[in-house]
Amino acid sequence: MTQDNALLNDVLLPVAGGGLLDRRLFLQRSLELGAGAGLLLTGMDASGAELQPWQKTPGAPFSHYGQPSPHEKEAIRWVSANTAAAGNGISWTPLHKLEGMITPNGLHFERHHHGVPQINPDRHRLNLHGLFRNPVSFSVDDLLRDPLVSRICVVECGGNSNAGWHEEPIQTPVGYFHGLASCSEWTGIPLSTLLDEAGLQPDARWLIAEGADAAGMNISIPVEKALDDTLVALYQNGERLRPENGYPLRLILPGWEAVLNVKWLHRLQAAREPVMARNETAKYTELQPSGKARQFTFIMDAKSLITQPSPGYRLHGPGLYQISGLAWSGRGKIRKVEVSADGGKSWAEAALQEPVLSKSFTRFRLPWRWDGSPLVLKSRAIDETGHQQPERAALVAERGRNGYFHYNAIVSWAVAPDGSLSHVYA
Amino acid sequence: MSMPETGRKAIAALIVLCLFGAGLQAAPEGPRLGKPLSGADSAAMDINVFPDGHGLPAGKGTATDGKTIYDTQCATCHGPKGSGGSAGELAGGSALDGPHPDQTIGNYWPYATTVFDFVRRSMPLNAPRSLSDDQIYAVTAYLLQINGLIGETTEMNAKTLPEVRLPNREGFLRIWPSSP
Repeated sequence: MTQDNALLNDVLLPVAGGGLLDRRLFLQRSLELGAGAGLLLTGMDASGAELQPWQKTPGAPFSHYGQPSPHEKEAIRWVSANTAAAGNGISWTPLHKLEGMITPNGLHFERHHHGVPQINPDRHRLNLHGLFRNPVSFSVDDLLRDPLVSRICVVECGGNSNAGWHEEPIQTPVGYFHGLASCSEWTGIPLSTLLDEAGLQPDARWLIAEGADAAGMNISIPVEKALDDTLVALYQNGERLRPENGYPLRLILPGWEAVLNVKWLHRLQAAREPVMARNETAKYTELQPSGKARQFTFIMDAKSLITQPSPGYRLHGPGLYQISGLAWSGRGKIRKVEVSADGGKSWAEAALQEPVLSKSFTRFRLPWRWDGSPLVLKSRAIDETGHQQPERAALVAERGRNGYFHYNAIVSWAVAPDGSLSHVYA
Repeated sequence: MSMPETGRKAIAALIVLCLFGAGLQAAPEGPRLGKPLSGADSAAMDINVFPDGHGLPAGKGTATDGKTIYDTQCATCHGPKGSGGSAGELAGGSALDGPHPDQTIGNYWPYATTVFDFVRRSMPLNAPRSLSDDQIYAVTAYLLQINGLIGETTEMNAKTLPEVRLPNREGFLRIWPSSP
């Protein structure tokens, strides 16, 4: 028996209830078994000797900007806007239709308070004033000459996953429940470089950021974060920002709730105290059962969810499947993701797809042999600081259900004997 | 966990010093292309209003003046007297430790200055930045009056507005930086 075969026999034995297999199975035999699982999940027929029309006629010409296949019409943002104001609302990233760790730019979630401005970059400036020794104003061209750096990180709305607070589990594809989170490579100027140029005064403790959109959205950012890893981003995934993501400039505060990542950034006022804007008092605060509200809850805690299979998918009978999902934490790297296929009675460690980056989507995978019986799938993330995703009952016991923001409880999918999946509290 | 106030402040200060120092050291040197921004230019673009009143412009208004503006510019979305509309509830609201309370200016917002700041920058939704400073003071006064916080003829201006203490002023627990 070869070493490979020995390993295969070893890892084909379940490592936890519900048919979860050893994560090394896919690491060792990823091509062969991955393809098999794909066929089972989609029911596609792999045979095809007949020549297809596109093999016998010339294809389409070149394009200036590529578009997705017309067969992928379901991989779209789902828009939920104010009926009285089309530019006020959100659109969700279809996490259930995506793989890997990077979100395509056209599918990055949106939260606009007052529509997407079409900003002429020649008429846009970034102004630093208030507690600076040398208040300064930059054109976009000025900023493009600054030393740029890139980093990959998640941007997640503080209100992401908030349907989890509902009494009844929402039934919707996972992206339209947890997809106010997207992960990109952002390229820009460390904000510390600009603060240094303007001469931030020692008594400045907060920066009041403001966007140049019709909402003029403002919010207070602690100086410590501004000097740590905050970027003034100009590029997303290699191209200049899209208008809906802040063109020509936006803030990126890795790991902190997205409302602080101000888009269309045009002003930073250094101050001793926070401005106490609407979006850091009336909103983005969390009312607790005591009647007091948590405020300045900036960091997005560890979260994970199984994206495949998930509600909307259907398992085509018993057999081998690959469980795939996303985990991330605003506090740092994901250390471990565990998956349960018996409602949380036993857990198996998932394989983490490299690269595992701080404050970024981390793809996890685990092989699973479903025997056709009903069961509950769950995942839970633990980050490098030791923070572990709580069970929903524990989170609700601590925070009540009126907090609205910062929901990060373990997510559960019930698998029915017919192969359909639904969201459950279990 | 309880900790003496002085101890907490000392720890927060230590954290601040560490991060502050590290951040400054890490700042990559740029070409320094920023143009000096004059005090007048800064003042012209600055619409932030702080809880102590810093940033409030000259001008004044009362709830009586504000009701007319509210009824024509705001009531369509926010409902008559700040309640029952499609947009956020602005007045009333039940106890915050009860089941599903609306979070209004009267029972939830901590600072009266926030009303002025937000109305000036974002409202009305179909025409932001269209109200005069007097009109904004008047609408702010009306929103405070329908919450029972000032009288119909109480003048709101740069001095009186920050003096209006909202009921939920002490209702917030700052999570950052003491226990992020």
